[in-house]
Amino acid sequence: MAYEERFDGRKFDETRPISAEVGIIKEADGSAVFRIGDTVAYAAVYGPRNLHPRFLQDPSKGILRCRYNMMPFSGAGDRVRPGGNRRSKEISMVTEKALLPILNLDEFPNSVVDVFIELPQTDAGTRCAGICAASMALADAGLTMRDLVASVSVGRVDDKILADLNYKEESYDGEVADIPIALTPRTGSLTLLQMDGKISRPELKKALEIGKKVCEQIYEVQKAALKAKFSVGDAHE
Amino acid sequence: MSNLREHILKSLEQGIRFDGRKLDEIRVITVEKGISKNAEGSARVVVGDTEVMAGVKTAVEKPYPDTPDQGNLMVNAELLPLSNPDYESGPPSEEAIEVARIIDRGIREAKAIDLPKLCITPKEAVWSIMIDVLTINAHGSVIDAAALASVIALAHAKLPKYEDGAVKYDELASAVPLARKNLPITVTVYKIGSHLFVDPLPEEEEAADARLTAAVIEDGSIVALQKGGEKGISAAEVDAMLELAQKKAKELRKLL
Repeated sequence: MAYEERFDGRKFDETRPISAEVGIIKEADGSAVFRIGDTVAYAAVYGPRNLHPRFLQDPSKGILRCRYNMMPFSGAGDRVRPGGNRRSKEISMVTEKALLPILNLDEFPNSVVDVFIELPQTDAGTRCAGICAASMALADAGLTMRDLVASVSVGRVDDKILADLNYKEESYDGEVADIPIALTPRTGSLTLLQMDGKISRPELKKALEIGKKVCEQIYEVQKAALKAKFSVGDAHE
Repeated sequence: MSNLREHILKSLEQGIRFDGRKLDEIRVITVEKGISKNAEGSARVVVGDTEVMAGVKTAVEKPYPDTPDQGNLMVNAELLPLSNPDYESGPPSEEAIEVARIIDRGIREAKAIDLPKLCITPKEAVWSIMIDVLTINAHGSVIDAAALASVIALAHAKLPKYEDGAVKYDELASAVPLARKNLPITVTVYKIGSHLFVDPLPEEEEAADARLTAAVIEDGSIVALQKGGEKGISAAEVDAMLELAQKKAKELRKLL
């Protein structure tokens, strides 16, 4: 039985409903929340600030440090044990790599920019939602940036190439390829690309085309959220 | 530091606080229930600029050896580095552990959960109730906000079905509510000089001489206490602090 219609009735290249806000964590230098379907990601940015212990410092430029974390009650099924695991460490690392190309930390030697991502509710696509929130939070923090980063998962379920897989699709009992991507929309340069599953080269090409289109939509949501906070005439902040 | 204390003390003498509140006045509180669909119960509590989230997860596990016929209760608090520049990544700080243990004791001693009823097979299988509370923005009075969020999440939590040795996490609707009626409300009273106040801002917390946290149940009885801060308090002060805690607990109970 082939995957003819998506479980939630979406078109194959259609994302779940997206919303975003910036400046939601007052203690932070920059912050954002990004929601896609039932997945919710909060991000807070602190810095550039002093980096300790000192041996971690880089005298030529500032460093970026990301921490991705699912809240213990955020996942379906068992509680997620706090304190991180191999999965969250890897995601933190690829998140860092996804965001680095848009930053210029040359002016901040020996300093760190900390990005904390927390997910209170998850339904697949968590690293992508985290990256979207983090890139907005970095902009909210007023850092010099070349672009934002937009991120979404694309993939294959049976013979259909689709965007923004939810948990039910990720765990579909058939052939599934799950491909989280992130890109800088102005240049189309991919800064995150992972996959598990099985896919042909032509299928991957099509998936990336859909991903680029969807990231451009996400980019508009991100920009609108930033403009909503910083637009001229706003009496707040 | 001592300048800060003197400054706060001077204004308290005139009955004024940094943000214009009265000494016994709590900032505006908003409560949102059911913020995480994968939790068996969850809540967001915002007190002024302080925001916390709490969620309840359940699992069927082995009982502890000393309580073979009772369910397990576990409370964990995380002072997330996302929520404040002073909070660090890594294992829970002393401060976070204290918050968790204060909340745990309140719920346990109020007997808010009927732990013997959560026994499935003695010595073999019991329900574990795990409450996690995390800070989103920490701007004063984290203990009371975290305790309130935990209790509200618990008040709305339901046990999933348990059939053929498997927990059916997606079947909550017909399930029994977890908590009983006698939920504890936790109020911390702070002291600077001879002045007592509640719901401190971070500067007031820093400058305080001492604090006393009380978990109060519906009939006004106190079920848990925790004294904190660097200075001592007299028995007369304890009584005055508890009187204020009871008064505030009655107000906060309406939010459940």
